[in-house]
Amino acid sequence: MGFMDALYFIIPMTISYAAPLIFTAIGGVFSERSGVVNIGLEGLMVMGAFVGIVFNLFYVDQLGAWTPWIALIVAMIVSAVFGILHAVASISFRADQVVSGVAINMLGIAIALFSVKMIFGKGQTDFIERSIPLFNVPILQDIPVLGPMLFKGIYGSSIIAVLVAVAAWFIIYKTPFGLRLRSVGEHPMAADTMGINVAKVRYIAVIISGGLAGIGGAVYAQTMTNDFGHATINGQGFMALAAMIFGKWHPIGAMGAALFFGFAQALAISSSGISFMEKVPAVYLHILPYALTILALAGFIGRANAPKANGQPYIKGSR
Amino acid sequence: MSNRVIKILVPVISIFLGLLVGAIVMIFSGYDPIAGYIALWNGIFGDVYAIGETIRQISPYILAGLAVAFAFRTGLFNIGVEGQLMVGWFAAAYVGMAFELPKAIHLPFALIAAAVAGALWGLIPGILKATLRVHEVIVTIMMNYVALHTVNALIKAVSDGGYKTEKVKPTASLRSDFLSQLTDYSTLHYGILVALAMVVVMWFILEKTKTGFELKAVGFNDQASQYAGMNVNRNIVLSMVISGAFAGLGGAMEALGTFGNMSSRGGFTGIGFDGIAVALLGANSPLGVIFGASLFGSLKYGANNMPNAAGIPLEIVSIVIALIIFFVASGYIIRVLLTRFNKKKEAK
Repeated sequence: MGFMDALYFIIPMTISYAAPLIFTAIGGVFSERSGVVNIGLEGLMVMGAFVGIVFNLFYVDQLGAWTPWIALIVAMIVSAVFGILHAVASISFRADQVVSGVAINMLGIAIALFSVKMIFGKGQTDFIERSIPLFNVPILQDIPVLGPMLFKGIYGSSIIAVLVAVAAWFIIYKTPFGLRLRSVGEHPMAADTMGINVAKVRYIAVIISGGLAGIGGAVYAQTMTNDFGHATINGQGFMALAAMIFGKWHPIGAMGAALFFGFAQALAISSSGISFMEKVPAVYLHILPYALTILALAGFIGRANAPKANGQPYIKGSR
Repeated sequence: MSNRVIKILVPVISIFLGLLVGAIVMIFSGYDPIAGYIALWNGIFGDVYAIGETIRQISPYILAGLAVAFAFRTGLFNIGVEGQLMVGWFAAAYVGMAFELPKAIHLPFALIAAAVAGALWGLIPGILKATLRVHEVIVTIMMNYVALHTVNALIKAVSDGGYKTEKVKPTASLRSDFLSQLTDYSTLHYGILVALAMVVVMWFILEKTKTGFELKAVGFNDQASQYAGMNVNRNIVLSMVISGAFAGLGGAMEALGTFGNMSSRGGFTGIGFDGIAVALLGANSPLGVIFGASLFGSLKYGANNMPNAAGIPLEIVSIVIALIIFFVASGYIIRVLLTRFNKKKEAK
């Protein structure tokens, strides 16, 4: 493959890999901006992928073309409800948020696999008939060179992912709720003094993050794998967590990082077919997102500061 | 009720609640929880073979639990046990197959290689934490994935593009005909002795040495330790290194005992993550870790009997384990309820 052919091949693939990461990473931004560490993103994504696929399989006859979209909504709702568990433990029960997140991850995969075996009697589901459809963006697709690269034959969910990132930026930085969200994550006591209900804002944030991670999981399952098994979601949640940190807890930054990680994944998968990439062993590309995140945290790529109260339960009256 | 009693009651109540919710899940999914738990019990204690396999499963759990617990005592959360265990697994498997040495040298060499590999994998987050204050949780998570992909690439490299390493030489094996025959030809191996020895090592380091005292002091209050003249940064690095070494040895159990080689993996082993549960349940003490590892190791192995004997998917046990962690983590609310319950009783 020549250089241009490679680009035409890799860029759409990059966007497909990045879209689920964008949804989930933005979910992480909401949760962590409110001061709740959410390591449970992986488990929430697993839940979303599982629910999305099962719903898709069961209702495809009744709903037809709408199936994958409604499956996304159902996955969002179920994962949001599942996220409440993390919220209750880490906000009301003052659990260690990292431990609670680990429990969410284990619980998510365990419940999903248990249910799959119960429903289908085997380790993975059947393949879905209707995955998320491909779109051509009108007008934009006619731009020379860039048009076919970015706007032709992309998944509808990828377009939504970009819109969600922009909406998240608007909500977090331009609305009263966003101001409250950030204040609760930086200095909950000051926020409490100003009459903000810290627990309520944090609950909402964690539930939003559950919902978005659910969409992320369902998007991944309905675009990349088209079935659900134990390895369907295999580190995407942690990669989204990495994207959130690499993007410095900012929605647009997280989207950029997610796109970059998607690019690394796309390269790793297709490098053997590209002439000038053949020499690079795939393992370097596989570990690239993780290595970069460590470097970003170490401050080599600009200082990344977590929200100040991230990870600490707010206990009224304590200093 | 004294503080001590409450401290023991919280994990006990959590285990009970976990099993209870597990039973409720089984009822709602149309399975018989009593048959399920009987199958689980028989899977653990049913015959000598099952007991042998259960003990075999417990060995890496003890080491993974020690690794998490040791770092915890210095105030560090090592989620990277999974990755450290995998590099240890590979190091032991490689040394076991690549060298020709007498047993008295080969076996210790393979074990040390595993410990060193794990320690190196713990060294990186330790140094980053000590020098640049980078949070160890995220770094260790990322290191897990780096380990997964690196180990897979290394397996490919040493096996000429294959998907598993050669079996280790008998001189490096932990396999034991004696233990195996004792337990009706199970795969029980000497690893359990290594694991128990490490429990003693951890207890000795923490309770009987100056280093251990410093490590614990840093865990309680790093600023006070600094003020008292301790080198906090050195202790942070040391803690991660020792923790990683325990984890690496956990990998050696699998490499030299249970499997005798390493296959390339699509995902994690899960032992490292279960180590978090083990340490948490055992309140990060060496003895507690034996208890936690015995419980979770037994549950994990016993679960294999559930699909055959009761027709229940074995993932139910993972649900129960996750719930137990969840309840232990939410110990605050259990403590509040216990104290309230206690006060009412005293009022009467």
